Amino acid sequence: MSELREVPGPGALGGGRRRALELLYLLAVTDFKKTYFGTVLGYLWSFARPLMLFGVLLAVFTQIFRIGSEVPHYAVLLLFNIVLFGFFQEATSAAVSSIVSQESVVRKTQFPRLVIPLSVVVTSLFNLGLNLVVVLVFLLAFGVTPTWTWLLFPLVLAALVVITAAVSMIVSSLFPRFRDMAIIWSVLATVLFYATPILYPIEKVPETLREVIMINPLAPLFELARKWVIDPAAPGPAEAAGGSLALLAPAALFVATCVAAVWLFDREAPRIAEEL
Amino acid sequence: MDVVIEVRGIDKSFRVPEHRIDSLKERAAHPFTRMEYRRLRALRDISFDVGRGEFFGIVGRNGSGKSSLLKIMASIYRADAGRVRMAGRVAPFIELGVGFNPELTARENGVLNGVLMGLTRREARARLDAVLEFAELEEFVDLKLKNYSSGMMVRFAFAVMVQADADIMLIDEVLAVGDAAFGQKCMDVFHDKRRAGKTIVLVTHDMATVQSLCHRAMLIDDGELRFIGEPQEAALRYLRLNFGGEGDQGAQKAVPDFNVGVVRAGLCDESGASIENVEQGAPLILDVVVEAVRDLEQPLFVVNVVNEDGLVVCGFTRTLDASVASGRRLRLDGSIENRLMPGRYFLDCWIRQGSARSGIGVQALRLLHFVVYGAAAGQGVVTVDSDVRPVLEERTAR
Repeated sequence: MSELREVPGPGALGGGRRRALELLYLLAVTDFKKTYFGTVLGYLWSFARPLMLFGVLLAVFTQIFRIGSEVPHYAVLLLFNIVLFGFFQEATSAAVSSIVSQESVVRKTQFPRLVIPLSVVVTSLFNLGLNLVVVLVFLLAFGVTPTWTWLLFPLVLAALVVITAAVSMIVSSLFPRFRDMAIIWSVLATVLFYATPILYPIEKVPETLREVIMINPLAPLFELARKWVIDPAAPGPAEAAGGSLALLAPAALFVATCVAAVWLFDREAPRIAEEL
Repeated sequence: MDVVIEVRGIDKSFRVPEHRIDSLKERAAHPFTRMEYRRLRALRDISFDVGRGEFFGIVGRNGSGKSSLLKIMASIYRADAGRVRMAGRVAPFIELGVGFNPELTARENGVLNGVLMGLTRREARARLDAVLEFAELEEFVDLKLKNYSSGMMVRFAFAVMVQADADIMLIDEVLAVGDAAFGQKCMDVFHDKRRAGKTIVLVTHDMATVQSLCHRAMLIDDGELRFIGEPQEAALRYLRLNFGGEGDQGAQKAVPDFNVGVVRAGLCDESGASIENVEQGAPLILDVVVEAVRDLEQPLFVVNVVNEDGLVVCGFTRTLDASVASGRRLRLDGSIENRLMPGRYFLDCWIRQGSARSGIGVQALRLLHFVVYGAAAGQGVVTVDSDVRPVLEERTAR
């Protein structure tokens, strides 16, 4: 005979952590399978999309603008950056409407709400994993020397996943009430794409503008990844920002985003079913 | 009573925007309009207990708050005040579903739901076969749910809920859909679960279900608990609510009332054996006995055969020209000619009695349901005899 227990009510993680993790895994896997279900090339699309973008950008920036010709390993760097940013963009854009598209589940069950945007991030993480394999092949093919700092890359990746998850939580919890979020986010994501050293190396940016760019929490991450994986001679985040102190701004933004995400999601989660 | 559901002082209100501003553009266009909300009190201070093994009905009109209450109990909505405590595993069945993603296949949804109910992935996969068998959907396991017909969807959802084998089931309106066989299956499940001592909370409009299945029932109107207790009484008050406020006072007004209780209601074949299905064309031989629960003066019986769509196919009125003392039993004797097309039917009986002075007390009873089987010939709701045939006309000279 079981005891009377308080009904938890709807929440971000209601119903226990183990169950939430199982659900996260299940949702992410089915979602991942679903993305390519019914397509002829299947998982190959996962590579094809960033590769196509890469091809175009490579042509533009080495043949037309020639920005890349003076940068060591520009081609691989570009591909690497596109793959990393692709993860961020794919996850956050899919997260916006994730809760609304799971409407039937949210309105009929005590589904731990947080699992929904996070599963989108995990799905994109699967894609990123596959893409990083391609990047590795290119790295070696283009003659980048492996160094011990490659082992540090998971740290950058972890930080990227955290900020992606935080942004996903924010946009997904706001969308049911403010449908503008979808449009706002698609614009913001494009702005972020150009405000992150993806197409251009940070050292080519004029000083004043560079300071602005380095406020973007993604920028130091990309610079770290570049320095650790591709070009040990690259400036690295501290130098690019003009001193370690200047890194406090993006770090503060990073933390603020995470705090805002947790606060906002926790506030919205119990009432999300009523807003749908 | 061994309490397994304890609801205390539940309050819930929804904010209903008077003028909905949900985009920034509208916000920018009317920067000074405050978001004006009307607070809609959906539930006010609801408290009740449900005991182990009880079949508990919640009835009320549309918008009375009964579904919101169920959603609060199922942890889908958060109550503004009050608390709900439950013992054991809870399986909700809300708005004809258990929360499926239409983009996923039945298999994926089944496993997902199992995990949602607290099973591990392995257990959930193992359970899936039983679910599909119950729903009779084995062939469609890898079909996306969006391609399911609504009937298949409900069958699947119901099967998932039943197989969850929870201690407490919260069910919102299930009997309104599905075909005859499925409706029967639902009823069977309810009876089984009731026997197995499961606790079931059922939100419904169907007073026949309330009266035949529930141990206790609760009536909610306008967010307030109006009655809790005997299902008969709850059903009666519900019917009165629906009648209330209509019609002019002076005229003879029919008010829902209790006249009789059903002792047994069924059909039988010519040998007198009880049957549930009737062959097309075979007469409907009634085996209905009711007991007067109060003194009846010349009670009037309106017997209707109603089809699945709620259409009265045929009906007739019979009066018993006698006074019946409370506690006396009476039988509806005889048979009805069966011209019904194959399908599912109900036999309803309205029992009227009373004088012009006290108003007319009417009791609506859904006596029984049955299936007419046979090879359908033609269309419509009834078959009729006819000697219409096509003949060639004599050729005439112009």
